[in-house]
Amino acid sequence: MLQARGLTKSYGARRVLDDVTFDVAPGRMTGFVGGNGAGKTTTMRIILGVLDADAGSVTLDGTPLGPDDRRRFGYMPEERGLYPKMRLEEQLVYFARLHGLSAPAAQSNARDLLERLGLTERAGDALEKLSLGNQQRAQIAAALVHDPDVLVLDEPFSGLDPMAVETVVEVLRERASRGIPVLFSSHQLDIVERLCDDLVIIADGVIRAAGPREELRERHAVLRYRLDAADTAWLDATPGVTVVERDAAGAEFEADDAATVQRVLADALARGPVTDFSRRRPRLADIFREVVA
Amino acid sequence: MSAAPVTRIVRLVAWREILMRLRSVSFLVSTGILLLVALGSTLVGGLAAANPEDTRVAVVAGVEVGDLPGVEQIPVPDRAAAEQLLVDGDADVAVVASDATPLGIALVGDDRVPLDVIQLFSVSPPIELLDPDATNPFLAYLVALAFGLVFFISAMTFGTTIAQSVVEEKATRVIELLVAAIPTRALLTGKILGTSVLAVAQIVLISGVAILGSALSGQHSLLPDLGPAILWFAVFFVVGFVLLASLFAATGALVSRQEDIGSTTTPVTMLVMIPYFVVVFLNDNALVVTIMSYVPFSAPIAMPLRVFLGTAEWWEPLLALGILVVTTVALVALAARIYERSLLKLGARVGWREALSRS
Repeated sequence: MLQARGLTKSYGARRVLDDVTFDVAPGRMTGFVGGNGAGKTTTMRIILGVLDADAGSVTLDGTPLGPDDRRRFGYMPEERGLYPKMRLEEQLVYFARLHGLSAPAAQSNARDLLERLGLTERAGDALEKLSLGNQQRAQIAAALVHDPDVLVLDEPFSGLDPMAVETVVEVLRERASRGIPVLFSSHQLDIVERLCDDLVIIADGVIRAAGPREELRERHAVLRYRLDAADTAWLDATPGVTVVERDAAGAEFEADDAATVQRVLADALARGPVTDFSRRRPRLADIFREVVA
Repeated sequence: MSAAPVTRIVRLVAWREILMRLRSVSFLVSTGILLLVALGSTLVGGLAAANPEDTRVAVVAGVEVGDLPGVEQIPVPDRAAAEQLLVDGDADVAVVASDATPLGIALVGDDRVPLDVIQLFSVSPPIELLDPDATNPFLAYLVALAFGLVFFISAMTFGTTIAQSVVEEKATRVIELLVAAIPTRALLTGKILGTSVLAVAQIVLISGVAILGSALSGQHSLLPDLGPAILWFAVFFVVGFVLLASLFAATGALVSRQEDIGSTTTPVTMLVMIPYFVVVFLNDNALVVTIMSYVPFSAPIAMPLRVFLGTAEWWEPLLALGILVVTTVALVALAARIYERSLLKLGARVGWREALSRS
């Protein structure tokens, strides 16, 4: 378990992190969500020891992190960067060895990852010769090549095409299933929603919500329903009902209580055929809007 | 995971520095050119020394000069023709008939008559030298120039190399990955080590080629005299190079773009250039050379020069080396501090005050 406790950081008078506390559980993918400048990157840099916090601590399984522990981390910084003139495979082997792997282990890990990420044909090319998408994959490979015990990835999916996103999602899931904690940030809420087991939502340097995704969804669930029928205009006049969205097929509404929901359904059936009537659970985007607002 | 195998990391970083340099075309080409220059200059120098140019002597018809060593005789019909050759610079001296002396000849020069020609026509008393080993000042100048050039070129090229390598990691942002993985001091040490190995290897190669060139052109005689000076130069070079390399690394770390390197490395460049020019141009001023032989930045050039000239007591190189080592240790520590503080400050140039501040 990777635990951030009370992380605080200021630049001059500007407080960028305020008492940031959350857990990243082993074997689970934790999505780290927040707007630009919310403090995601600062938090990740503090976890990696690249930046010092003014206060607070980061522990792994209860012990404070030292340089030797952090060498077992896999990190993908927000600012991407590898050696432009170094060959891809050589570069991965170099990073794996810097992280403490033996030469043969580094070599075999590098080969496997290149294969997984579809870069085998590029193994001998200098990094600067690769397309941007491939450079992005190489960056992910560099974070994974030493079989890290913890993964911290800042926006791992930005700049990837949908195919590459799938590949990377698969690779990350596989790593998490080996029992390591994975923390990743993303702007792409749909990917986070699909991929993460746990969620941490940050805004203005303050954690607004944290916990298992399903729990958060339950906590933020309202009585929101979808009604598809020929006529839904009467909903507007129904007491205890607020229409949130309306389209050609029907409408989505929020009800004040369960009894109102039953009454709406009965009324709808009485007025004509109903093609869909279903509960809408909140999407991550909804939760995000709600907690950040 | 056991304790951080820092030496392993240092070796890896050094290995990468060397590998990338050896793959760089510009490095290989410049090394090739240096080798050619070293070989060429020693070969040409040796051949020129072996075949000094003959003195051109215009001989007026009717004068019998006989066979003289090192003299190219140009027969001319009369004194007027001889004078014309002198004025045009086509002859160094003319021999004309003269009744004024028992010899029956006179020497005519344009503005002077070369001493060696006079000697050819003179009877000299036997000469005994009390100090036959005294160093020729021209040779002293050459040795100063050679040590100076080698140190200057190495320090500048490899110093710039290390600064560029530091900036490259900042410019490409790979630095964040490195800092997260390994101690910055190991990174700095590896860079200095790798670059130093390359610099020393290049010097050894160039010296080897120069010695080969001298041997091929038959100038073995200088080597025994130069031997101790070269050994001292090697020792001073290694320490002095580490000193400069760390300063170049630290000043390089202050900027984030290759274009900005010059703005911060200039003071270090001055530290390399000024001693070089002082030693090369004032090598005949014993006091200046003595002072410079203790100043850490010029000691690698000046102290070996004094060893060669025989003006240094046995303990003087040791003392100068001690001063150099202490300075190096202190400045490397300072450089490491600047380097650590500046590595992750991307974007604007890091100010000296900020780089050195305590917080």
